[in-house]
Amino acid sequence: MGRHPFEEHLPRLRRYALALMRDRMRADDLLQDTLERALRKFSLFRRSTDLRAWLFTIMHNVHVNQIRAATAVARTQPDDAGSDPAHTPLDDAATARDISNALQHLAPEHREVILLVGLEQLSYEETARVLDVPIGTVMSRLTRARERLRALMSGETSPTLRRVK
Amino acid sequence: MSDQPQPISDDTLHAYVDGRLDAADCAEIETRLATDVTLSARVQAWREQNQALHALFDPVLDEPVPARLTQTLAPPARARWLHRAAAIGWLAVGGVLGWAVHGKLEPATPIEAVALAERAAVAHVVYASEVQHPVEVKADQEQHLVHWLSKRLGTELRVPDLNRFGYQLVGGRLLPGDKGPAAQFMYQDARGVRLTLYVAIQTDGAQETAFRYEAGEGVNVLYWVDHGRGFALAGEADRATLLRLGHAAYETLSF
Repeated sequence: MGRHPFEEHLPRLRRYALALMRDRMRADDLLQDTLERALRKFSLFRRSTDLRAWLFTIMHNVHVNQIRAATAVARTQPDDAGSDPAHTPLDDAATARDISNALQHLAPEHREVILLVGLEQLSYEETARVLDVPIGTVMSRLTRARERLRALMSGETSPTLRRVK
Repeated sequence: MSDQPQPISDDTLHAYVDGRLDAADCAEIETRLATDVTLSARVQAWREQNQALHALFDPVLDEPVPARLTQTLAPPARARWLHRAAAIGWLAVGGVLGWAVHGKLEPATPIEAVALAERAAVAHVVYASEVQHPVEVKADQEQHLVHWLSKRLGTELRVPDLNRFGYQLVGGRLLPGDKGPAAQFMYQDARGVRLTLYVAIQTDGAQETAFRYEAGEGVNVLYWVDHGRGFALAGEADRATLLRLGHAAYETLSF
């Protein structure tokens, strides 16, 4: 009995989910939701399409829906909690933490573009298909995301300098 | 204008950073980077972002995938007959097997019922495509057909009337089942699309089941076990249609 065709894509989907969510538990929840949805839709999937890009598309859609739902909840509740206390840091390397923190300050659509292109190494065309936006939008988001990240990462080194007293 | 070099577009810079330029274009960019400090700092920062992302997130690629995720993909035992049938080549394998619908109706299905669905699916695929001899006994001898198959199966059989759904009885045949004889009744709609009802005696004490459904590329099956007899409706009809047909058949068959 062969392995499920989705299986070879699991490590990379997991990596993308982790980069989006920063928290392992929530990342694996996102992946599980993605797989369940993908399984339901699999019969509609055309074999000619690239399976990997298709799975990323589903993950994107699930993620966007989650963000929408969370935003709706946030609107009805007072924003008293801080930014993200539940998040656990992934790594101690200073640069890694920088980019991890900086990523959280990007708009979700910018974060997704930079992760799909820079981390997952999807082509610009694939990224456009996954996000269902024109390729020109991918390119302009990429510029904004990279420049914003650059500003954040160069700016975030300064607080460590103020260790007075 | 003449000594002012053409500005490099952001798109080209991205393509350079992401390794999507050919050698000639890369060389051209690199010449410019050597003299343009601002541009070079920008490109360097972008490149470092990519490297930092990989350094941070690549380790997860080497971790074992948690079992709950791989289990999500494991087809349940009762979906495997579709794979087997597909492997034999009787079903079209469009990259589409039994995963689509599995596990949504009932969590656990008795093994015997699975075997029933499997046999019904294969019997459907084999005989529904038959042009010359789709059945052994035709519908014009319905009484004889029912009497004969009832005798062979050792139980009183009835043939559901599915005319109101557009399916007319074509006839039926005797088949080898898992542990003894089985019966197949064939129906056909106005377009010639066929539907089969497979009946087999289950072993003593066979667990009764609700309607179960399995979907495949070439054939979908709705099946159930009732009063020691297993029934399976197989055809191209979708789940909703098979459920309607199943309810109608059940009324006739459950006695």
